[in-house]
Amino acid sequence: MKLNTVKHNKPAGRLLSAPFLLWETLFIIVPLAMVFYYGLTDRSGAFTLENVAAILGAEHAKALWLSVCLSFVSTLICFLLAYPLAMILANMNVNQHSFIVLIFILPMWMNFLLRTLAWQTLLEKNGVINNILEFLHIPPLNIINTPAAIILGMVYNFLPFMVLPIYNSLVKVDPNVINAARDLGANELQTFFKITFPLTIPGVISGVTMVFVPALTTFVISKLLGGSKILLIGNVIEEEFTQAGNWHLGSGLSIVLMIFIIFNMVISAVFDKNGEGNML
Amino acid sequence: MKKELINLIDISKSFDGELVLDELDLNVHENEFLTLLGPSGCGKTTTLRILGGFVSPDKGRVVFDGKDITSLPPNKRQLNTVFQKYALFTHMDIAENIAFGLKIKNKPKSYIDDKIKYALKLVNLEGYEKRMPNSLSGGQQQRIAIARAIVNEPKVLLLDEPLGALDLKLRQDMQYELIRLKNELGITFIYVTHDQEEALTMSDTIVVMNQGYIQQIGSPETIYNEPENAFVADFIGDSNIIDSIMLEDKLVSILGARFACVDTGFGTNKPVDVVIRPEDVELVKPEEGVIQGTVTHLIFKGVHYEMEVMANGFEWLVHSTQLFPVGTQVGIRVNPFNIQIMNKPESEDEEAAQLEA
Repeated sequence: MKLNTVKHNKPAGRLLSAPFLLWETLFIIVPLAMVFYYGLTDRSGAFTLENVAAILGAEHAKALWLSVCLSFVSTLICFLLAYPLAMILANMNVNQHSFIVLIFILPMWMNFLLRTLAWQTLLEKNGVINNILEFLHIPPLNIINTPAAIILGMVYNFLPFMVLPIYNSLVKVDPNVINAARDLGANELQTFFKITFPLTIPGVISGVTMVFVPALTTFVISKLLGGSKILLIGNVIEEEFTQAGNWHLGSGLSIVLMIFIIFNMVISAVFDKNGEGNML
Repeated sequence: MKKELINLIDISKSFDGELVLDELDLNVHENEFLTLLGPSGCGKTTTLRILGGFVSPDKGRVVFDGKDITSLPPNKRQLNTVFQKYALFTHMDIAENIAFGLKIKNKPKSYIDDKIKYALKLVNLEGYEKRMPNSLSGGQQQRIAIARAIVNEPKVLLLDEPLGALDLKLRQDMQYELIRLKNELGITFIYVTHDQEEALTMSDTIVVMNQGYIQQIGSPETIYNEPENAFVADFIGDSNIIDSIMLEDKLVSILGARFACVDTGFGTNKPVDVVIRPEDVELVKPEEGVIQGTVTHLIFKGVHYEMEVMANGFEWLVHSTQLFPVGTQVGIRVNPFNIQIMNKPESEDEEAAQLEA
């Protein structure tokens, strides 16, 4: 049963939303319209689907496929790390837990670019980690400029976006529901798989969306940690805009990516009816 | 007397240094409707949780059917709980909810299906198999929670204020339903509530608790008519509790006037507490009463009038079907059988517990 939501259609309410509407129009709707205009036209301004269809070209398809693969692996690793962590957080008392949450959120307050650059410095051939390994006479780690480094960067940057929605859905599970399952004869493992986990699926779906979508579209992580050898779809689009100066092709490929993301969002909206993902 | 099914022996429990249960002893008999009654924080829910296995006692033993189950986890105990806020599994439909315990025990499908049908019939919700818990009303959800518990054929059903979230009418209906269920199933009910009326209506035995101590154990009639101390008298129903002096056997001085009573064995000139229920105070013409007073308040309560009478410096609460307007001079009389004499609390502990309440 849902409560009827109060509708704000008084004139004063509308007036208050004006600044936001202006912002939305200028910086979301207009750019989107431009992307669609450029993406569906050629240089002479005539309508064409060529830019969109370009995704089927070997280079582009390969980049998209690699993006999907790396994002998928990153999301999976994030999920496997985040769920136990969220469970530990949810079971803590308030004092301990605010401290742990702080430690966890602290890196998020620092700039995303800086954090990724820091990883670059750490992972470099003659970087901090390899210096330490050499000092300890352990063979060096050569993962910079490999997909592994990109996955590491993605997991590191996006892990909090997986933990928080799962944590939110875990703390919402009524302890008495868990007790009821135990009372009815389920052991701890059965209780987890039949009760706790199913009840937190909306949080998991939100987390998956919030990790998968930015991972799919990133070009900074792949550029800094993947060198110039590994091209993800984000890098391809970025290069079309900044280096090749082909706004039409860049926009066309963006549209394909957007369709991917919208598809993902729809799936998550279907599952996440309680809005765990909106708690961030 | 029926066989003892559960013995709580010397149970103590504290949370964060605060003592919630202090060396509690309690025996529950087979096929008994036992109610733990008390104000919030009296330890009644903790007692229930210790029985269910969700809380382990700091000290003492829980014996079930002769076996020590103190350290047994909840899933290994032969009792089932009905929780305060239903605690249904919202991601499963009603049939799956009810079948949960049976599926865990790997019962055959046909057995489970029969049980679901039987349980839904028992709680008057036939045909609800495919509904989701959130689409049911509070009363219906509570009945499903009961159905989910009883299909497992527990020897004991623990109920933690199961009617607390329901409205008055529904609560009364459910009280009858629970009595019927208990009689049909022939199992032991241990019921936790702070509602004295609920306790009086349904129980075979009431355990009145306060501050982690059992104040009195007895049948509803005993608890109501012969409260052992001022706390019980005050908590169960309305009452006039008056500081008095027991002059000798069968004679008590209440507010300076001599009343005949039926109690003996308190000694002579001993300070006691006297309990007189408001419906036992008889208002008569001033010259016919033992003491005289003036009506100060009058409220119509439906079944009766509730009046307050100021007499000998005490405000008497009176329930009567006869109307005496405010300002009327009246006499007060009490049938000797209706004067309940209680010892003053002896230990300081007990006194503190009563004062705080």
